[in-house]
Amino acid sequence: MLTFLLRRLISSALVLFFAVSLTFLLTRMLPGGPFDREKSSSARVQEALQEKYKLNGTLWQQYSSYLADLARLDLRVSTKYRDWSVAEILAQKLPASLKLGGIAFVLASTVGVLLGMIAAMHRDTPVDWAAMVGALVAISIPTFITGPFLIAIFALWLRWLPVGGWGSVSHLILPSLCLAAPYIAYVARLMRNSLLDVLRSDFLRTARAKGLTERQAVARHAVKVAILPVVTYLGPLAAHLLTGSMVVESVFNISGAGSLFVNSIQNRDVFPLCGAVIVYCALLVFFNLVVDLLYSLLDKRIRLHA
Amino acid sequence: MPEASTRPASLHRPGGWEIVRRNRPAMLSLGFLGLIALLALLGPPLMPEALKTTSEGAFLPPLSPGAHAPVTHLLGTDKNGQDLCYRLLSGARVSLGVGLCGAAISLVIGTLYGMVSGFAGGRVDALLMRTVDLLYAVPRILFIMIFIAAFDGLLKDAVDGLRLHAQASGWVGVEDTARRLLPYSKIVVMVLSLGLVEWLSMARIIRGQVLVLRELTFVTAARAMGQSGWRILRLHLLPNLSTLILTYLTLTIPAVILDESFLSFLGLGIEDPAASWGSLLKDGAQVINPVESKWWLLAFPAALMSLSLLALNFLGDGLRDAFDPRSGD
Repeated sequence: MLTFLLRRLISSALVLFFAVSLTFLLTRMLPGGPFDREKSSSARVQEALQEKYKLNGTLWQQYSSYLADLARLDLRVSTKYRDWSVAEILAQKLPASLKLGGIAFVLASTVGVLLGMIAAMHRDTPVDWAAMVGALVAISIPTFITGPFLIAIFALWLRWLPVGGWGSVSHLILPSLCLAAPYIAYVARLMRNSLLDVLRSDFLRTARAKGLTERQAVARHAVKVAILPVVTYLGPLAAHLLTGSMVVESVFNISGAGSLFVNSIQNRDVFPLCGAVIVYCALLVFFNLVVDLLYSLLDKRIRLHA
Repeated sequence: MPEASTRPASLHRPGGWEIVRRNRPAMLSLGFLGLIALLALLGPPLMPEALKTTSEGAFLPPLSPGAHAPVTHLLGTDKNGQDLCYRLLSGARVSLGVGLCGAAISLVIGTLYGMVSGFAGGRVDALLMRTVDLLYAVPRILFIMIFIAAFDGLLKDAVDGLRLHAQASGWVGVEDTARRLLPYSKIVVMVLSLGLVEWLSMARIIRGQVLVLRELTFVTAARAMGQSGWRILRLHLLPNLSTLILTYLTLTIPAVILDESFLSFLGLGIEDPAASWGSLLKDGAQVINPVESKWWLLAFPAALMSLSLLALNFLGDGLRDAFDPRSGD
């Protein structure tokens, strides 16, 4: 167990290192620089700015000096929002995205798994068909269509919920639902197919033979095995949802981390971008570790080895 | 109660294509997609010129007569007074075209990568698959945007260079074509950028299937006959992968269309005068307000796009049920 964790820590650090390196180098190699839109873009001003933000010298020098700063846990400052350090930007933008993504994640995992179980246990009945067609619809319609649609119905027409903004619980309902919908659907499909496979297996026939009802057999024996592929999918999903969705945040007018990726690339603002990638990667490797630990809990036959 | 194990062996086992043909939603989707493709290809050239050009009749509701010309705007007009039906169909051309070409590029890369990785095995396989894992760890939007930024500059420069060269040499025809093509260069940029990003899952799936196939006796036989690795890949493995590839091509197309529309919706993708479903939705969302609703600009693109994506997913699901050895039933 301890060697497993140690090995995972090393490989996680490697993934983080490669992801940040790739992001930094690719962004710096793009045409256009962060100071192109300066009003007085004389060569001397440009040079001074580059020196101030430690973006002078060759690409290799910039990269190694950035890595050295990262090693000292210094995420540097934004070249676009001059008064802000990357740590401050992340601290300001992440909480809203974490909250929204957390709710969406809980919705996707619980509702999705339940829907998938119901569909599988009522296989080839109208219940199953309705759930699966509904799931495919939810997967096919992009969030920038469902978002305005939900606003039109629940905010403008029924006037039950606010159009957008941030603050009370009622502000959270529509965006988290909009964010979660396609993933609820995906998890439901995954769970249904996986459970159908398990329901055909021998150990379930044994469970039925010893007199368990179908419901008991599923709850006590089948779910534990059938949920494994879902758990695998949920790991990366958590990282993805928690770092924010640009579309949902812009449709519902929420100041979150979702736009950080796109805006930073547009502005060639390399340090906030790398900061966001670090957060995303850290979440990703963390949740993948949780997935592996859950695996060994759910299925005792699985031994942990990195 | 599942009864798969007690089912009597039927004399006629339906082949993959027969399963697809019996799948009613999948066939219905295929018909719908065929219709949309046909309309998108034949519609715009056949429409009267008055519908295609900009006019003073901006924001006309559906079924209203044209501002000057004797035409009916079936689905209304947009902010430039262009017919929405025409815009939708030319948008369908771009969206479906980007989806198809982008998916095709990702398919070629993913298939080659997955086949080499699975067939080579050992260290090569481990290295190639760790690389895929690593690429998964970087947000996809990052790569897409970096590719867009890189290709956009390159392509615009190339077309503009051609235009200037033609101008200097006095080739009026070439110069004119280059000038008209310039705003459409973004379409090619989107195809390349999305195609170069979407192949990761495809590579994994193909590799998994190659791992199974390469242990089968016909591959051993081919090896025993002294055939080279490439020959085995091309002649023996590729035909066995073709339906799986087709299946995941069908499922990658909606993913690419979704990505393209997402980027165009954010204003990073297709730009005027070219249109895609995403850029039309962006235009529609910009003029929506509670006072005076121009609903048609949002409703029709949303409906057409959602239905097309749904049809593609239904078709892909049907194909997967029939051909993917690892999909459930």
